[in-house]
Amino acid sequence: MTSRDRILTRVRTALAGAPQAPEISRDYLSTHTADDPAIVLDLLHENLADYRAIVHRTRADGLPGLLARLLDERGSRTVLAPAGLPPQWLAGATGVRKVEDTPTATAQELDAVDSVVTGCAVAIAETGTIVLDGGADQGRRRITLIPDHHICVVRAPEQVVASVPQALPRLDPGRPSTWISGPSATSDIELDRVEGVHGPRTLEVVLVES
Amino acid sequence: MSGTFVGMPSFPVAAGVAVTDERLRGNLRRATHTIRDKRAVAVGELADWGALREAGKEIKDRTLRGLDGYLVELEAAVTAAGGVVHWASDADEANRIVVDLVRATGEREVVKVKSMATQEIGLNEALEAAGIAAFETDLAELIVQLGEDRPSHILVPAIHRNREEIREIFVRTMSEWGRPAPEGLTDSPAELAEAARVHLREKFLRAKVGISGANFMVAETGTLVVVESEGNGRMCLTLPETLISVVGIEKVVPSWRDLEVFLQTLPRSSTAERMNPYTSMWTGVTDGDGPEAFHLVLLDNGRTATLGDEVGRQALRCIRCSACLNVCPVYERAGGHAYGSVYPGPIGAILSPQLRGIRSEVDASLPFASSLCGACYEVCPVAIDIPEVLVHLRERVVEQGGKGHRLEKAAMKAAGWVLNHPGALGAGERLASKTRKGHPKKLPGPGGRQWGQSRDLPQLPAEPFRDWWKKNRA
Repeated sequence: MTSRDRILTRVRTALAGAPQAPEISRDYLSTHTADDPAIVLDLLHENLADYRAIVHRTRADGLPGLLARLLDERGSRTVLAPAGLPPQWLAGATGVRKVEDTPTATAQELDAVDSVVTGCAVAIAETGTIVLDGGADQGRRRITLIPDHHICVVRAPEQVVASVPQALPRLDPGRPSTWISGPSATSDIELDRVEGVHGPRTLEVVLVES
Repeated sequence: MSGTFVGMPSFPVAAGVAVTDERLRGNLRRATHTIRDKRAVAVGELADWGALREAGKEIKDRTLRGLDGYLVELEAAVTAAGGVVHWASDADEANRIVVDLVRATGEREVVKVKSMATQEIGLNEALEAAGIAAFETDLAELIVQLGEDRPSHILVPAIHRNREEIREIFVRTMSEWGRPAPEGLTDSPAELAEAARVHLREKFLRAKVGISGANFMVAETGTLVVVESEGNGRMCLTLPETLISVVGIEKVVPSWRDLEVFLQTLPRSSTAERMNPYTSMWTGVTDGDGPEAFHLVLLDNGRTATLGDEVGRQALRCIRCSACLNVCPVYERAGGHAYGSVYPGPIGAILSPQLRGIRSEVDASLPFASSLCGACYEVCPVAIDIPEVLVHLRERVVEQGGKGHRLEKAAMKAAGWVLNHPGALGAGERLASKTRKGHPKKLPGPGGRQWGQSRDLPQLPAEPFRDWWKKNRA
């Protein structure tokens, strides 16, 4: 008998005679927030900031200028941009060398990059979370992990939802996803929260209102 | 379970030692009170907490009732997405599978995401015996590993250590494992975290094999979910060429939608956050992104036996949030090590004796490691009635017999007779009050001494209550 058969047989024996489980009652709320895009966006802003992400807001035409300023203020000389990032986003960042994430790029090479700029798949206001799913403007998981500075652009209102239950149907389970709520943090030393252990120590989120 | 706990004394003995350790009690008290207060605030933000808790309970019950079907569905989905599924009946088999998989890569070291399942089976020890170095990358696990210590909490395994102790461990041992601690390291949490970052980074960037557990596995889609804070999980899950996940069979949930419940209840219950900093989800392998090979090891190791116990099976609902530890008056004083298992606290007191059986001294003592106050049940996000299971398991321990239990039975029988005879009770109470100055603080006699090992006798009042009432109120 294989272990697979053994385990499945044990499960069936253990459950013999057990009553059927009831249907799942889903009478919890699908959102805890008023159905108003402005309120939802403000809540996203507030909760991102509460988790010590640095939040900026702009209109679409102000985005290139803002990104250029953020990279400049950070002193970044190299910026990683996923292949599908709209080129005009970084059009203003003339003093910064753009690096592509090629399949042969090693983790060590990524470690030498100053900043990474990506889009996102969806952002969740109630939890202050941005979700990346490997879309063309987000790139592979490792590019938002290794560099120490991540700027993530969120397009409002179309990419912003209020709650976790509203976010999941927008995501394709077949794609790898990374949910980010503030920068990397640990509370393992006397439960004191310290930002930045292994992921980017600085997370800047740009909310772009159309 | 893990070899590190073999030979542990029973709970009353271990707890008796732990409660005299003032530094430990101070560290624990501060930590558990901080996190339980924060948790209450995070939970209070959701008006529908009760409904979410009920749904979480029902999803898990439904999973357990149909576990065979969901496991087969999960296996098919993971395989279709390019993963390889292995089944392990017990710890030895799981360790053998993982060792063989690592050997097949030709690598001699692995990086690990914190995982209760791999601790439970003693994977690090098995890898070491096979000549493979396993590096724990969660900060708390790193502190435990470097300190040659044992974890004492599900979520924050080094909760029993304060910053001075952590600094000392880093300075003393980091150089033996890789990059040494920086010169002049102080005990500020920021500096200690930075030391861990630098120490582990060189391991992440060269690692070819990662080992993880998972918080959830979605049967419908084959998706695995890891919830974490530091980013060490993301490093281990995405940078290596091979990823091996060892996951208990009870971690499956039926549908993608079910995650909407647990992604709301788990972070708030465990770290008291609206959402933990990082959650990773992956389904099999993805071309050009992440590991090229993914192996899922489905672990039984006592879970099916637990499933067969009508009352006890609810322990398998557990999502390892650790909220029950932080509110438990017994855990707060005794600490995690006293439970003699990788699962400490109230959930450990019902999970360990079910996974391992109740034949050893430590496992037979665990159902008694509780005051039955019920705080654990109240905070449990999947509504496990821990007191109910404790009482149920006590019954099984008593049925199994043993000297202490025979004496307890005799004492209860005698007490029953006295309580049924008010005259005898009154006379006894009066006599006891009159002679109270000469009473011992501990119960004397064979059996009594054993019972009294962890219990002081209460002080008797100067006169029985009924006499006082007659004099003053009647």
